[in-house]
Amino acid sequence: MKSFEYSAPNTIEEAIESLGNRWGETEIMAGGTDLVTSLKQRITAPQRVVSLKNISTLREIHESSDLIQIGAMTTLADLSNHSTIQKHFPSLVEAARSISSPQILNAGTLGGDLCQRPRCWYFRNGYGLLAQNGGKSLIPAGDNRYHAIFGNDGPAYFVSASSLGPPLIALGASVSVVGADGKSRQIALDDFFRIPKSESERETSLKPNEILTAIHIPLSGLNNSVYEIRHRHGLDWPYATAAVAFKLSGSKASDVRIVLGHVAPTPWLASKAGKSLEGAEVTMSSAAHCAQSATQGAKTLSGNAYKVPMVKTSVKRAILIAAGIQMKG
Amino acid sequence: MADAKWPKAGDRSLIGKRISRLDGPEKVTGSAQYAYDVNLPGLLYAKLVTSAHAKGKIIAIDLSDAESSSGVKAVWKDEGMVGGEIRYVGQVLGAVAAETEEQATEAALKVNVDYEVQQPQVVDSDSQFATGRESKRESGDIEAGLKEADVVAEGKYGLPVITHCCLEPHGQTAEVRDGELYIWPSTQNVSRYADGMDDAVGIPRSKTHVDCQYMGGGFGSKFGSDKWGTLCSQLAKETGRPVKLLLDRNIELMIAGNRPSAYGEFKVGIKNDGTITAFQANVWGTGGVGGYGMRWLPYIYEKIPHTLVTTRGIRTNRGGQRAWRAPAHPQCALLTMSALEDAAAKIKMDALEFFRHNIQLTDKPDVYLEELEIAADLIGYKEKSHLRGEGTPGSVKRGLGISLHRWGGLGHPSECDLSINPDGSVTAEIGTQDLGTGARTVIAIVVGETLGLPIEAITVRIGRNSYPASGASGGSTTVGGTSTASRLASTSALNELLKIVAPHLGVSADALEAKQGVIREINQPTNAIQWTDACSLLGTNTLVKRGVNDRNESRAKGFIDSNVGGVQIADVSVDTETGIVTMNQMVAVQDCGLIIDMKTAESQVFGALIMGITSALYEEALYDAETGVMLNADMEFYRLAGIKDIGNLKVHMMTGKKYEDRGVIGLGEPPVISPAAAISNAVANACGVRVPYLPLTPDRVLDALEKGGIA
Ligand SMILES: Cc1cc2nc3c(=O)[nH]c(=O)nc-3n(C[C@H](O)[C@H](O)[C@H](O)COP(=O)(O)OP(=O)(O)OC[C@H]3O[C@@H](n4cnc5c(N)ncnc54)[C@H](O)[C@@H]3O)c2cc1C
Repeated sequence: MKSFEYSAPNTIEEAIESLGNRWGETEIMAGGTDLVTSLKQRITAPQRVVSLKNISTLREIHESSDLIQIGAMTTLADLSNHSTIQKHFPSLVEAARSISSPQILNAGTLGGDLCQRPRCWYFRNGYGLLAQNGGKSLIPAGDNRYHAIFGNDGPAYFVSASSLGPPLIALGASVSVVGADGKSRQIALDDFFRIPKSESERETSLKPNEILTAIHIPLSGLNNSVYEIRHRHGLDWPYATAAVAFKLSGSKASDVRIVLGHVAPTPWLASKAGKSLEGAEVTMSSAAHCAQSATQGAKTLSGNAYKVPMVKTSVKRAILIAAGIQMKG
Repeated sequence: MADAKWPKAGDRSLIGKRISRLDGPEKVTGSAQYAYDVNLPGLLYAKLVTSAHAKGKIIAIDLSDAESSSGVKAVWKDEGMVGGEIRYVGQVLGAVAAETEEQATEAALKVNVDYEVQQPQVVDSDSQFATGRESKRESGDIEAGLKEADVVAEGKYGLPVITHCCLEPHGQTAEVRDGELYIWPSTQNVSRYADGMDDAVGIPRSKTHVDCQYMGGGFGSKFGSDKWGTLCSQLAKETGRPVKLLLDRNIELMIAGNRPSAYGEFKVGIKNDGTITAFQANVWGTGGVGGYGMRWLPYIYEKIPHTLVTTRGIRTNRGGQRAWRAPAHPQCALLTMSALEDAAAKIKMDALEFFRHNIQLTDKPDVYLEELEIAADLIGYKEKSHLRGEGTPGSVKRGLGISLHRWGGLGHPSECDLSINPDGSVTAEIGTQDLGTGARTVIAIVVGETLGLPIEAITVRIGRNSYPASGASGGSTTVGGTSTASRLASTSALNELLKIVAPHLGVSADALEAKQGVIREINQPTNAIQWTDACSLLGTNTLVKRGVNDRNESRAKGFIDSNVGGVQIADVSVDTETGIVTMNQMVAVQDCGLIIDMKTAESQVFGALIMGITSALYEEALYDAETGVMLNADMEFYRLAGIKDIGNLKVHMMTGKKYEDRGVIGLGEPPVISPAAAISNAVANACGVRVPYLPLTPDRVLDALEKGGIA
């Protein structure tokens, strides 16, 4: 990696001051599990790296009767071991634990998981976020087996790498962001992610000199779960995931939110699928029906059609798990 | 006098026992020094300058920016490459040595290379690119054989290029001191590592010292010093400072060797009773810029009366192939076993019964029958087996799959010097290497057994080219070569010692034996002398004897042999809604003649199973057709199996007189041959449809199911 200046300020204000206002000039470092790889791969070659590790407030978890606020620097291990989170959000615990490498769980943070850069192999091989070669995307005619089936009208084809984004969005989470003026703004997590339109944009609505400080999740008694389709059990990303959250009254579901992971440049809200289950009784067949509608609008590339049945299966299984229905076979 | 022949079963004190690796503690605690761990005062780090493009010409290589980059001590470019042809990404164009690793990396990137880029060709799965020379082998009359059949099964199968992915990358640390060259490489070939380096570096072989005590994997890719090894030595000479050059992981995966792919179209003719009549194969694949050959088709069932096999290589703009553990065997096993099992499924015949029914078409029917029975018992074949696709209902299907394999494994030429010192200490010196297989331990066991001493009493010195020469560790030849050489050396040293001891015990040397730390009269064991007391009779002279393994002679005398067989059965589950294949269990039954150390032998098989499972489920070197860049030259998407991915592994080694009387036979290659074939057959058995190409990733499984599965 290219040599850089390193700073580890004690306050958010100082951290913001050390950040430049152009992407790539400076980079924020949380646990470093993704950033250090990016530096080595020269995905970015900043002049300065600003570590957040000394800002202790960013590690705090606060609870009130209707909300839990998780500091962005909370490690994935601490997140998954927290008793309130375990009690209310099995989907988060499952998504974090499925990352499964103890090293990554202990070093990686929740903020880092949401802000991690895509794993797109063209991106990681130096062709840029939009994987262009001579002004043309390499993805449609290239090896796109791990690329998007939703939100892929271009120019972005990568998939969001975050496994925690989908369950958090399903749970209605929002994030706090502190910007150059030192003020904090709150945005729905769903709006935090976005699909870049040009090489100068990134995958979130953060500006280069903004810091994600906390994640807020309402405690609204939703049944929730994720189902991840993974091949290898450790040190790997899922092929597709589905996160669901709904209120269960008797066996009827309401406030249904279904969010797909690893199939689009952002966590992907399957709103039609959510609607199809809204007010319905949760059964094998309604789950299957809902799962089917989650695949609507998928646009497959030459090598990723298999993700469509995976979406179907993961949505169906996630719904059944959330409703506590035993799966057959 | 002691007889060098291997001791009989009842007479063995160490051979065949379960003995832990002697160097295990060093490896586990981290005190073992690998090439990268050699840190000398004034050390420089070197990085390669490599081609960013897969095909084209080099117009110019400009070093000026690199030379002025901070910390840089030497920059070298391959003059021959200017105007030369680029054939793959990662091709070596030069090297840079600097004070720190980061500075070297930085400087290497500052070497400005001017290319004339051409469109590369990296695709290998399509036969239209197979323009290489066709090799054709025929026996019997294929048309007649297919006509004779009641059923002809047709199929397409294939497996991609994979790499060796040694955990320790290729490379070395080198230093030139007083005109002599000292090298610490990672190599499978200590005695001959430096061959070919002398001219390039300008230091004769007699002044070149190779030292490799520990190895992090080679699998056939680390026989030579390679261009980067030579470069590292040259940079050390030029700068007068020690230099370390080990490949970065991405470069390692691209240029340090790979295993050729193999794809093909097959026809198998069988009768309704399961008898195979004909086998036709049209096979192609790539060894990158290297050669291509798939010699072993049909595999194992070699005596099928009518066969026609054509193979053609595809030259692609990828790094060149190298021997990969059992060259061409895993590919030929996958292709053959898939085609045969598909034929059995077509006539609704149980696979085990089918493989048995045709066993006379193999060259070791009795060995395979015995092994098939043991393997079937161990996996619970009777209870678990079902015809293809006829398993239990539900979305998760379970299935079993079988594969058979063979290998040579004749010990290589090797020498050993055995010294018995007056203080009773014993040292064996062999210019061999321990790839992590247990070579060091095996030598200690053989010497300890021969001299009646515990293994702790034996000092084994290996890993240096100053020791008596030994062969490269490739082709499962090390255990036979080193065990025989050390047996011969220690027997002859012992006999010399017995001659000296005999007068003191008042008997002739013929009447003596060395057992349990004493030298004693065979017929009257109480007439004995302690080992150390016996050795003190040497006075001031160390007794040194050389043992030489001559392959033909040793084979004739029963020290070593060649040609083993093995059987493996896999038990898998396939989730037909997600395409995920899960390993439940894998059983390996393996013959390797006389086993020196049961524990390291079993470990060798466990390791092979894990490597084989990895190739079946995950591994594939993926190249972008447009740019020729390897897309997964990292350890995230070049996937290897982890501990949770491998299921329960069971190993059964064949023992008993019939096997042991053959002498020692190598074991490195055979157990890695069958796993992928067995697993592919198990997946077909489970979900009712053949997933034609490896690795068996969920996308391929779902695709196969959609095209014709039962789900
Ligand atoms: C082999 C492997 C497998 C993995 N598998 C999975 C998986 O299955 N699912 C999954 O979700 N993840 C997976 N991960 C990714 C892992 O979860 C992330 O690397 C980790 O969460 C990142 O956290 P970090 O604190 O180390 O972030 P860093 O590496 O420090 O930062 C990551 C990025 O986020 C930015 N960033 C970090 N914190 C902030 C902040 N507070 N404000 C603004 N920007 C910030 C950084 O600038 C950087 O660009 C895997 C990683 C590896 C190496």
